[in-house]
Amino acid sequence: MADRHESAQPAWIAVLRASGVYLLLLGASALFAVPVLWMFSSSLQDLAGVYRQPFAWVPSVAHWENYARAVTLLPFARFLANTAFITVLNVLFTVASCTLVAYGFARFSFPGRDLLFSICLGTMMLPGHVTMIPMYIVYAKLGWVDSFAPLIVPSLFGSPFSIFLLRQFFLTIPRDCDEAALLDGAGRLRVLWSVILPQAKPALATVVIFAFIGSWNDFFGPLVYINSPERATLTLGLNMLKSQVLGSGTVEWNVLMAASLLVLLPNIVLFFFAQKHFLRGMNIGAYRA
Amino acid sequence: MGRVSRDGDSRGNAMKSGRWTGLLFVSPWLAGFLLLTAGPMLYSLYLSFTSASMLSAPVWVGADNYAAIVSEDPLFWISLTNTAYYVGVFVPLSVVLSLALAMLLRARVRGLRVFRTLFFLPSVTNVVAVAVLWLWIFNPDFGLLNSALRVFGIDGPLWMQSEEWAKPALVVMSLWGVGGMTLIFLAALQGVPAELHEAAMLDGAGAARRFFAITLPMISPSILFNTVMSLIGSFQVFTQAFVMTGTVQPGSEGGPNNATLFYVLYLYKKAFQEFRMGYASALAWILFLLTVGLTWALLRLSKSRVHYEAGHGR
Repeated sequence: MADRHESAQPAWIAVLRASGVYLLLLGASALFAVPVLWMFSSSLQDLAGVYRQPFAWVPSVAHWENYARAVTLLPFARFLANTAFITVLNVLFTVASCTLVAYGFARFSFPGRDLLFSICLGTMMLPGHVTMIPMYIVYAKLGWVDSFAPLIVPSLFGSPFSIFLLRQFFLTIPRDCDEAALLDGAGRLRVLWSVILPQAKPALATVVIFAFIGSWNDFFGPLVYINSPERATLTLGLNMLKSQVLGSGTVEWNVLMAASLLVLLPNIVLFFFAQKHFLRGMNIGAYRA
Repeated sequence: MGRVSRDGDSRGNAMKSGRWTGLLFVSPWLAGFLLLTAGPMLYSLYLSFTSASMLSAPVWVGADNYAAIVSEDPLFWISLTNTAYYVGVFVPLSVVLSLALAMLLRARVRGLRVFRTLFFLPSVTNVVAVAVLWLWIFNPDFGLLNSALRVFGIDGPLWMQSEEWAKPALVVMSLWGVGGMTLIFLAALQGVPAELHEAAMLDGAGAARRFFAITLPMISPSILFNTVMSLIGSFQVFTQAFVMTGTVQPGSEGGPNNATLFYVLYLYKKAFQEFRMGYASALAWILFLLTVGLTWALLRLSKSRVHYEAGHGR
């Protein structure tokens, strides 16, 4: 459609334009891709190779042992287990709570509903740093500091973005489906479970992915609440490794790159398999505008 | 809504119960709002007028914290200036660059999916891992950036180790993550009716004129959305600076010589390294009011310029 209204121009201009666009796109792609390739190449070099000038993009020998060193300098298996535990619970709790809340906003009329929903949307824009100090004090009083609880419990209360996303999706499901089930004597929870949720799988997938990424990538939460190295998450562990490696004599950038790449890997894999769910989430975000 | 009440009847229980059921369903969020947002905000407002620390109980000191911050705390002004620099440079650049990328992608190109994936990927990756990567890229002697500049005979700066270049370096690194904004623009651009462009072409309007007279007004809601989100996000810039400037000694974050001491980083240090909770709460409220004020001003200013199609805002 872009070049339909361009068709009045002579052919060579169209070709020139198209090649210009490709040239720019390839240039931009290089800016996005080259750092990652460099990261991968660095991670496979030995210490001499990482500091060799000019840099040899393909090392003569691939030093995969950097990866082994990266995960054993600090207990990364432990960090992975901690992060997985926190992330799985966060995803489960977020899906459960957001589904209930979104169903409430989508299917019931109660006094103040629209006001409450606007407040819910408004809190999405709220910077978290105003509530961070009082929450820390409260969690300290509860004895939860240096435990996983402050990183998990909030997801029991839903996240505004996912509530919004699910509510919008529920609204597109015809009410007739619920009503038929209600007439058959099903309770509200039953309707939600066996009528609404099966039809809302795409939206649920988006919620799962955003909750996963949010929890997996979280750095600020663990930084504030976790003190013991054995309770660290991957992001916290990577930062610890960075400080340790930077503080040693010759900085082993190859090992740091291997560790960073391992931490990134789940994001990249998830992204390639679930790109359309990411796109849906982004578009819902834009639609709100 | 009437239909909901009707089937409440048909199930034989009281109509009113529907209302309470609805509230019951939204109660997890409502409880979270009260316990995790509204309550803590009020508590934080109270704390900001006290001398609270982790060890001592809060003692009311009136507006002392605010007065001390504004008149006696040079680091407050440094962190505010650093943040203003970052916001002022990053927000416009991120909007313009992501729009430019989206315009490129909109041209009917082969391999759109591949390009889209490449552009978007950095924005869903892990900030800590990305910060470690860029720390290596910015390495003055062996980093990718200065090695590339050397090919052109340019002797690159010290980047993160230089007071002058550390902030620009962080901006460059953050621009790597504009893919998310690009996608939002791409969706908006695809919603601009082709007939408008065709009609303007027939009237002899050139590409530049069509861009400013048709494309920009039609996608103005997404420009506003991206600008506001970018603004709110860059006011909170923290992790990149924390990871890239932190060393083994705690407290080193924000260097060199406070060049990357951004507001939230300073707030973090006051709260969680010095445990001056009252003072830090006052800092948090100043940031909060600044963010809200600027966002509000932006929304006000844009009101007459943003074009909403009928029925767009459901």
